[in-house]
This record gives sequence, C-alpha cells and structure tokens, in this order.
Amino acid sequence: MNAITPIIVLLAAFIAIYFQSSFEMFRNIFGAQIDLLPALMVYTSLTLGIISVALLSIIGGLLFDSLSANPLGVSVVPLFIIGFAIHRFHGLLLREQLSAQFAFGAATSLLMPLFTLLILMSGNSNPLVGWGTIWQLLVVGLVGGLLTPVCFWILDRVNRALNYQPIAQTSFRPDREIKRNRR
Amino acid sequence: MLKKPQYIALVLVAVVALIIFNLPGETMSRFKLAISGIFLPLFGLAGSSQQVLQKTGNTILPRSVLSKESERLRQENEQLKIQLMQNAELISENATLRQSLGWQKQTPWKSKLTLARVIGRDPANWWRTVLIDAGEKQGLRVNYPVLTSDGLVGRIAAVGPNRAQVLLLGDPNLRVGALIQDKDVRESGIVLSSSGPLDNMVDFQYFSRNTAIKPGQPVITSGDGGVFPKGILIGQIVDIGSKNVGLSTEARVKIAANLNSLEEVWVMFP
Repeated sequence: MNAITPIIVLLAAFIAIYFQSSFEMFRNIFGAQIDLLPALMVYTSLTLGIISVALLSIIGGLLFDSLSANPLGVSVVPLFIIGFAIHRFHGLLLREQLSAQFAFGAATSLLMPLFTLLILMSGNSNPLVGWGTIWQLLVVGLVGGLLTPVCFWILDRVNRALNYQPIAQTSFRPDREIKRNRR
Repeated sequence: MLKKPQYIALVLVAVVALIIFNLPGETMSRFKLAISGIFLPLFGLAGSSQQVLQKTGNTILPRSVLSKESERLRQENEQLKIQLMQNAELISENATLRQSLGWQKQTPWKSKLTLARVIGRDPANWWRTVLIDAGEKQGLRVNYPVLTSDGLVGRIAAVGPNRAQVLLLGDPNLRVGALIQDKDVRESGIVLSSSGPLDNMVDFQYFSRNTAIKPGQPVITSGDGGVFPKGILIGQIVDIGSKNVGLSTEARVKIAANLNSLEEVWVMFP
C-alpha cells in the first residue's frame, strides 16, 4: 500500500459527493438521497491508516457541507468518530467477509446522519426532521450497507491495478538444486 | 491506550473543526462557496454534455415536428399578447380606482427575470436547497425570489461569483408571507416547512381560526416582509387541521411548482 491509495479514496469521495448532488433519481423514487461517504469511511478505516481516516473526514466532510445547507464542518466530526472507532478495532474485524462489510456499511450509514442531526439540533440549526426521517434513515442505512461491499470490490481492484504488485514466491530454491555431473 | 498516529489524527481533526466552527459568518460563507467551486468543472462538464445532447436531439428532429411546435408557440404567443393587453388595461383601471379612493400607489416590481439552470441539489436529506449556475456576475443577490412558470420555488440564500444557493419552499429556514386568493376569503398567514421531509407540501399557519378555508383554494404570496412580490402562486390548500390541542389551525398546501424535477428556474430582480 503506498500514497496512491488514500488519493484514490479521496478522489472517490469527491466523485461520490458530486453524484449525490447531481443525480436525483434515487431521491425521487425512495424519498431519500443515498450517502456514499460512510461506505468509503468503512473501507478507509479497515484498509488504511488513521491519518487517512482523518484526511477523509476533513476533506470529505468539508466537500459534503460545501454543497449542502449544513454549517461548514458539521459532517467532519461524525465521520471521524465513526472512522476512528472502526480503525481502533480493525484488527478484530473481519474485513474480507461480505456480511461484515454489509453490517458495518449499514451501521455507519445510519449513524452518520444521526450524529450530524444531533450536532445540528444541539446548535442553532433547525433541520427538516419528522416521521419521514425514520424512513429516510432506513433507506440510507440499507443502501449504504449494500453499497459497502461494492465499494470494497471496486477500490480493491483499483488499488491492485495501480499499486506495486507483491513479488510472487517461487518454489525454486537454489540450494536444493540437483547438480548433475557429466563425468 | 492510544498510539501516536491516533493522537495526531485526533488533534488534526479537533484543530480543523475548531478553526472552522469559530470562523465569522461571512468568512465561513465565502470559504464554503470557495470549496464548492472545486465541483464547478464537473457541473460544467455535465451541463455542456447535456446541451450537446439536446442540440443533437434538435438536429435530428423531423421538419414536420418543428413546424408543428413553431405553430403552437406562435398561437401561445398571440394568446399571451392578448392577455398582456387585458392586464395593462386592468392595471391602469386599478391605478385610477386607487387614486380615486386615496389609497397608496403599489410599487411595481421590475419584470426583469434571469434564467438559471439547476446544477445540483443538497446532498443532505434534511435541507431543501439547490445550486443554480448564476451568481453575483449575473446581478443576483441574497433574498431574490426564485420561481418557475408554475409558481414560487424559493429565495436565494447565498451567492458566489457564478453560482447561488436557493432555499426551496419547505426548507425550515424559509418562511413566506402568504394569502388565500379567493373571491370570498382573503386571509393572510405564513407558509413554512411541513413536518414531513418526504412530501411536496408546506404548512399554512397563523391565520384566524374562524376563516372558511376550503381545500382547493389557491395560496399566493402576500408581499408582506418585502422579499417576495405579491401575487406569486405558492400552491393549493389540501386539507385543514387543528394544532396544539385545538388552539390553532393550520392548512397543508401542495406546492404548485414541482420541486423534485427542477431544471431551470427564473430569478426575479426586485
């Protein structure tokens, strides 16, 4: 893993936020816009270092808030809390399991808007919250969970394509070579 | 126990969050617009590709369809001209009557409108805002009304050099002075966001309880507050209900403009 992986993740966050702002099909059908940042945060915290988690929280959060009516920086803190918590126990988590990826994706997609709403409501903001918010959270959580394995699959492949490949071990050992004598 | 990189990350995020949260309102707004400027190439690319597709579509349209469309537009134009003449007559009659009654003359709004394209929508589910591709350079300022031919859309909340953020009807930060436009009832109140984030509705509140409000009555802007000119259609009353254990009444209004499929909007210059 080299410096290109965090750059790929940040680029993916940038494109994800653009898509969330530009494509309304999902919002028009299900009444809620999906959020891809939590899925990316799960990938980052299970794959990369804590500095990458901090960078994704800051850059992703600021980019998200810049297109939203959120006060700037509100999304940074919830993203980082989630990323930090997952990264702290990443050694114990089953990164390769699809079910684990789904569970973490769903949980983070559900917790991220909840934390953000909590911060907004504890401040001066008055976000649009009602019974419909429960439906929106369910949709965001479920879709976030489904998209997390997809996110893992795509980013792992991109990483594999762009990073240095590990040298494959050969079974040949020079010390075990049978020297044939032609006498 | 935390490790050194974890402490560094914690401090980094805390410092960034503290700096941003303590920025003055104006600086934060400028900073926000500057950050959103990073997305401009993507928005521009999407817009130009859409235009190319539209142009291509127009070039391959058969001549018969175009002539039919042109005929329809010519007829519509004639009808609008006739309506305009009638309106001019009504305006002068209204002015004469006002003068004879000694009423103060209404200050007319300039009819200057600027067309803007909607380039993005709020990615968060708890706000109702859109981004448009016109800003300070096109003469837009904060609080200018935004509408479509169907009715009121909202008002401008923040302006950058080439783009602006529009608060849509139903956003918790948007309140509009409104009036029921009916020959029997003329009741004024305030239109504000509804409690549901899913529907295309707003609440009409702060009107007297004894008013005979009925479903289907149109609600227009009252002009109170000075942000919106009087007479822009907001929507139609859907139902009426009591609130706060029957102490107050509120009506739900279905927004006339389809806010879910906004592509182009008009910004009105006061």
